[in-house]
Amino acid sequence: MSVRQIYLDNNSTTPVDPRVVDTMVPYFHEIPGNAASRTHPFGWKAEEAVDYGREQIANLIGVDSKEIIFTSGATESDNLALKGAFEMYSRKGDHIITLQTEHKAVLDSCKKIEKLGGKVTYLEVERNGIVDLNKLREAITDKTILISIMWANNETGVIQPMKEIGEICAEKGILFMSDATQAVGKIPVNPKEVGIHLMAFTSHKMYGPKGVGALFVNRKNPRVKVTSQMDGGGHERGMRSGTLNVPGIVGFGKAAELCGQDMVKDTQRLSALRDKLENNLMTNLEEVYINGSVDHRMPHVTNLSFKHVEGEGLMMTFNNIAVSSGSACTSASLEPSYVLMALGLGDDLAHSSIRFSLGRFNTEEDIDLAADSLLKGVNHMRDLSPIWEMYKEGIDLESVVWSEH
Amino acid sequence: MAYSEKVLDHFKHPKNVGTLDKSKSNVGTGLVGAPECGDVMRLQIEVDEESQIIKDAKFKTFGCGSAIASSSLATEWLKGKSIDEALAIDNMDIVEELALPPVKIHCSVLAEDAIKSAIIDYKQKNGVQVEAESHSH
Ligand SMILES: Cc1ncc(COP(=O)(O)O)c(C=O)c1O
Ligand code: FES
Repeated sequence: MSVRQIYLDNNSTTPVDPRVVDTMVPYFHEIPGNAASRTHPFGWKAEEAVDYGREQIANLIGVDSKEIIFTSGATESDNLALKGAFEMYSRKGDHIITLQTEHKAVLDSCKKIEKLGGKVTYLEVERNGIVDLNKLREAITDKTILISIMWANNETGVIQPMKEIGEICAEKGILFMSDATQAVGKIPVNPKEVGIHLMAFTSHKMYGPKGVGALFVNRKNPRVKVTSQMDGGGHERGMRSGTLNVPGIVGFGKAAELCGQDMVKDTQRLSALRDKLENNLMTNLEEVYINGSVDHRMPHVTNLSFKHVEGEGLMMTFNNIAVSSGSACTSASLEPSYVLMALGLGDDLAHSSIRFSLGRFNTEEDIDLAADSLLKGVNHMRDLSPIWEMYKEGIDLESVVWSEH
Repeated sequence: MAYSEKVLDHFKHPKNVGTLDKSKSNVGTGLVGAPECGDVMRLQIEVDEESQIIKDAKFKTFGCGSAIASSSLATEWLKGKSIDEALAIDNMDIVEELALPPVKIHCSVLAEDAIKSAIIDYKQKNGVQVEAESHSH
């Protein structure tokens, strides 16, 4: 790899901050203990380290450290929150409400719950990706036990009205669960302030290591519990058995501390770079569309559709930029992104989408190089595109009879 | 997914990109796929009226790299072939030549369809009866 590689796929995973790596290293060899070993100093040291990590994470989101349950990542946290709450509260009701644009970890957990006899409403979102609160209210029944709505979407960066949703849940006495994977560490997130009872997030989206995540479980008013989905030694207050990933938790904790410290600075810098990239592409190219709300979205994310250009082909035009696309051609299933489809984008625009997600280690130079490559790539693809030619000739593509296959 | 060298080469330096005058009677045009499916291929042939040999071929494709490479390769193969030889091009020949992985086979099917549909168009323009023949996939 002689070409300078530019990583603009930070919503998939972030590089681990070197300061995080440094704190983790001693916990692999020098301090080998199991945090559950109560009989010797190795265990005590490991336990201390875990406690400290738990504190750092709790501080970032303004909760009590006892409310943090460690897991292997957000997928597990989503599974535990949803299936665990369904099991724990099934006597109260069997209905869950979520959104069509949620992450698969939430959607597929809900599918499993349906198999177990639960009922799930998958609410549509508005054109801007945001849930309509009236539709949310209308979906609530006296059997609704939980509403699961993500804080920020991974593909579009769209932020949901958490406070308003929390108020509805409080009013109706319903549990509020949120997958906040894309928001924690990037923007201020405090589950207590908005009335969230269960919140999933993960270390590897906030410059920490992979394979460690957390579930916030509210302990007071109300005291929430979830039935464990992983049985064994009864770790993590009985909600999640398994030897804790000590180095991972140490790194996760440090990552949380750094996110807290750097948040304002990172956010300002990255949103300026994101806007620069977006403005550059939108002023120098025709027919570029922003997918999802512009007013309510994460500062480091932009999801753009380049009309009449297929996303995977576009990505192939550059070998130096890592981004992702909602195009069907990038997915094994050959279906375009369900998130973009739920926004009511036509298939053609979904196929033409590229997600740029910036991160702490991107520089202005990265953004300028990326914009250059994109401009060249889109023009190359449009020169090759029969539908761009037809569009330019003023042919109404809707009126063409296509040979669908 | 890694692309084969041949796909990359056709993608970066596509052969025969462009548009032939579809009003000419010796030009056959095939337009297959649909924007909703994420792939549209337009392939055109220009046939020498005397020898019935394909003397030129051009394409434009909206689609992934494999679809673009498949159509670029197809236009290369078409030039200098008779109509019957062109009809014999099979999508699996393209798969083999470009080393396409299984998920990209449909891109080559599209190229075969585009060839067939360009030939049908040419034949119809020139009063030759054709049975509508096309892959369904
Ligand atoms: C919104 C959201 N939820 C859950 C996950 C899964 O997280 P993890 O990889 O930690 O299991 C991701 C990341 O892919 C995500 O973006
Ligand atoms: S055109 Fe979609 S995979 Fe090739």
